[in-house]
Amino acid sequence: MPSHKLLELETHSWPGSYGDSAEPRMGFFTDTSICIGCKACEVACKEWNHVPDSLQGFSGKSYDNTTALGANDWRHVAFIEQRKPLGAEAAAEDLVQAAERASATDGWGLQTYQDGEGVRWLMASDVCKHCTSAACLDVCPTGALFRTEFGTVVVQEDICNGCGYCVPACPFGVIDKREDDGRVWKCTLCYDRLREDMEPACAQACPTNSIQFGELGELRERAEKRLEQMAAAGQTEARLYGADSEDGVDGFGAFFLLLDEPEVYGLPPDPVVTTRNVGQVWAGVFAGAAALGAGIAAAFIGGRK
Amino acid sequence: MRGERIRERSMVPRAEPQSYYGQPVLKEPVWTPEIPFYFYTGGLGGSSAMLALVAELRGNSKLARRAWLVALGGVTASPALLISDLGKPSRFLNMLRMFKVTSPMSVGSWILSGSGAFTAIAVGSEFTGLYPALGRAAKVNAALLGLPLATYTAGLVSNTSVPVWHNARFTLPIVFAGSSAASSGAAAAALTPLRHAGPARRLAVGGAVTSVAAALTMEKTLGEIGEPYSRGVSGKLTRLAGGLSLAGAALMAARGGSSRGAAIAAGAVITAGVITERWAVFRAGFQSANDPKYTVGPQRARIERGETRGAARRAQAGA
Repeated sequence: MPSHKLLELETHSWPGSYGDSAEPRMGFFTDTSICIGCKACEVACKEWNHVPDSLQGFSGKSYDNTTALGANDWRHVAFIEQRKPLGAEAAAEDLVQAAERASATDGWGLQTYQDGEGVRWLMASDVCKHCTSAACLDVCPTGALFRTEFGTVVVQEDICNGCGYCVPACPFGVIDKREDDGRVWKCTLCYDRLREDMEPACAQACPTNSIQFGELGELRERAEKRLEQMAAAGQTEARLYGADSEDGVDGFGAFFLLLDEPEVYGLPPDPVVTTRNVGQVWAGVFAGAAALGAGIAAAFIGGRK
Repeated sequence: MRGERIRERSMVPRAEPQSYYGQPVLKEPVWTPEIPFYFYTGGLGGSSAMLALVAELRGNSKLARRAWLVALGGVTASPALLISDLGKPSRFLNMLRMFKVTSPMSVGSWILSGSGAFTAIAVGSEFTGLYPALGRAAKVNAALLGLPLATYTAGLVSNTSVPVWHNARFTLPIVFAGSSAASSGAAAAALTPLRHAGPARRLAVGGAVTSVAAALTMEKTLGEIGEPYSRGVSGKLTRLAGGLSLAGAALMAARGGSSRGAAIAAGAVITAGVITERWAVFRAGFQSANDPKYTVGPQRARIERGETRGAARRAQAGA
């Protein structure tokens, strides 16, 4: 990997603390424009990782009965039904251009919408972002959450004492406590499989290659090409989410190509790692402590004793 | 439905932030009811240790000895509450596996451990007369650690993604400082003979008023993010806390110096007020995390104001 790329992907403890045993930083590029909503990723993840079932009944939210990521759902396929004109055709200036784009979208596999009745469907498989600056890891008091040699973020279940600090710290609402178990759980990016040179279960099961696994630097290049390709086909609403090192979490290890604003998928538009402000947090704590000390001293002024 | 009556204070009508079926973006905290009570006991213990030390330095040993006992009670109850909150209580010692400044819970675990140990030594020495030199050193350490013990819990909740907590990182520690002062003052004023309890009464009154004023300031400076403090359970708790704290402070100021019964009653009312205040803050975090508008709204507004591009990027024009 070229060194400038490596610098861009660097985290607080990867690759530095691993020395020679550091592996390339691995991640996911989830291209939601070719997701067909089959949920094979959800099933494969549960099977491989022995994630307990999480039956919640019928949600009434389109085909989504998983509803959110959680301790027992490490992949979650969102289903959004919108009444919007299709991007490629709506953006075309005349019939000829519309026809050209229609054939381009066929050729490039962009035709994933069910467009009867003018409804478009967005489907997207969400997952832990494996942030470059990960709040869950920063706030974990036990060190149960750690950065692996692949640059991913994993909970060690034999260390976690269930303090729950990571749960509200995560800006994406990914990690959660398992009720009957007391500990927190989330996607490990199949750490056990990575160590055996296997790809994560969800990526292997994905029939359309919407979930792509690989070295993060390569995935970013691939995503950039895909974005340009889509823009050229008139899909100007396509956007990369988490593909840059300059965002509030210094880039995602698992990033996305989306077809609408992130919040439409239940994702925060401008997530910021809470510990970016930890200096201010401590300043507040010590200002409060000083005020308390001053207040106690003041209580003794003017009295008899 | 919550979220339908929000823009009362907003000048320009804005579209409701978009969301995925109205679902939260964040996970709500998984902390149990032990935690707001711990905010109280930690503040009580920490502030009482400093109250005891200063009383002792001023020669008020009647007040000092009672405050030391209250401090010991506070720092003894605290770890019990915290361990009971854990998902795996048997692993509570894992809290001391490391020391991480990015985790106020980690630093706080060390502060509480140190504070507990020093307070126990201080009280042991005070009441047995054994090892007076060690006792004096322990008292100073317990008092100095007591101050951050009382306020780090504000930093702990501020250091999350929950908007109503994170955006209060400068104001919430003052609320907690006031509540802690009020807690320790109220307890000592109730336990100490009237003639020796003057400083405790003043601390109780000053702390209660400070806590209420700081909470109002916090709510105001939070703007729309502070809405949970005027709505739902947290709104009710906030109003109740303010009423109790101010009523208790008024009684303490008016009659606390002349009637022991009034001092005890005022101490109890102030204590109820500050515990309610901790609960109001605790519940506000849940309300804030549970409604996506508090998460998405300010983030989208940052992007619209051009302060940040956010995490999403479209293809560059002409690409």
